[in-house]
Amino acid sequence: MKKTTELFLSFLKIGAFTIGGGYAMIPLMQQEIVEKKKWLKPEEVIDMVAISESTPGVLAVNFATYVGYKVAGLWGSIVATLSVVLPAFLIILLLSTVLAAYQDSAVVQAVLKGIKAGVVVLLMRAIVKLVKICRLTPFNLVMILATVLVSLLVKGIVFYVLISGALIGIIYGLIWKKEGHKV
Amino acid sequence: MKNLWTLFWNFFLIGLFTFGGGYAMIPMIEEVAVREGWIASASELYSWVGIAEGTPGPFAVNIATLLGFQNAGFFGALFATLGVILPSWIILVLIASFGKKLLETKYATAALKGLRPVVIGLITVVVIGLIYQNLFQTGLDLWNLSAQGFDYFSLIIGILVFGVSLIKIKQKALSPIFLIILSGVLGIIFYQVVGL
Repeated sequence: MKKTTELFLSFLKIGAFTIGGGYAMIPLMQQEIVEKKKWLKPEEVIDMVAISESTPGVLAVNFATYVGYKVAGLWGSIVATLSVVLPAFLIILLLSTVLAAYQDSAVVQAVLKGIKAGVVVLLMRAIVKLVKICRLTPFNLVMILATVLVSLLVKGIVFYVLISGALIGIIYGLIWKKEGHKV
Repeated sequence: MKNLWTLFWNFFLIGLFTFGGGYAMIPMIEEVAVREGWIASASELYSWVGIAEGTPGPFAVNIATLLGFQNAGFFGALFATLGVILPSWIILVLIASFGKKLLETKYATAALKGLRPVVIGLITVVVIGLIYQNLFQTGLDLWNLSAQGFDYFSLIIGILVFGVSLIKIKQKALSPIFLIILSGVLGIIFYQVVGL
């Protein structure tokens, strides 16, 4: 089988069976990419995750591009990326068509309202998870509180807030730390 | 045509500014979706966020496909999805061709240190706004607080789902898919059955 065909089938499978995106994908990738296909060595998985985490973008696509490029160059990266998103794209397309047809029904409206209430819990769970990853150092605490305050008071500035965060991180990390302060 | 380009470009920006998984993009999506009129209100978005969480596949792809389809049908879904995945692909290909050195600059690490707490703060604001909206049926505006009634059902559903979310099976938390389906079922029970 051609390498690109193999990539297509493997990433189609990974895309279809990943529930919860990104990190949930890692065990399945280990099984398929490392053990079965031997495209990556086990320690390269750590590399892949580290690179994907420190670059912007969709984790699943970062992973797929990394592996695809390694196995079959530019075409490999395109095939792996498209096939990892294809199942989700098709599932949502189907769901959207059904929803669009019944959107005005009272039952669908009730379901959507229920989901809106429940999604709060998922978001709170995500915050807890993120806090565990980056820990509540004084720097982080001040940054979180400042972000919350500014964003509650001024609307429509999300992108500026993110850019400021990155700049403050650079200034704090490089200048402040140089003077001997501990982060 | 202009519509498709707007979808593509905005999702490209959202993909470019997303660090550390799907949840980080929600505040950006809220801002852009309201501004561009992809949804009637910020509150509507969160039903779609829930569905995107509760279906298989990467969150980013799910929400891009959903909002793209809502706004401009099949091609809307296609352009939004391509937009959101393109930055990832470009950046990873660059790193693969020019080596990891691009990344190992201290600037990238330092920027990430500043970004993480900001993302946490932004999602916290989303949660505060969403709770307010669910309960008082109107957007949260600190300069002009208002309420259009109080939705007890939303509060009860939230508390029930939260309670269930604390359950662990073999030390594993319940999957988001299960919690979203539960929320939908509770929605029918309260708004359709109890509410009548």
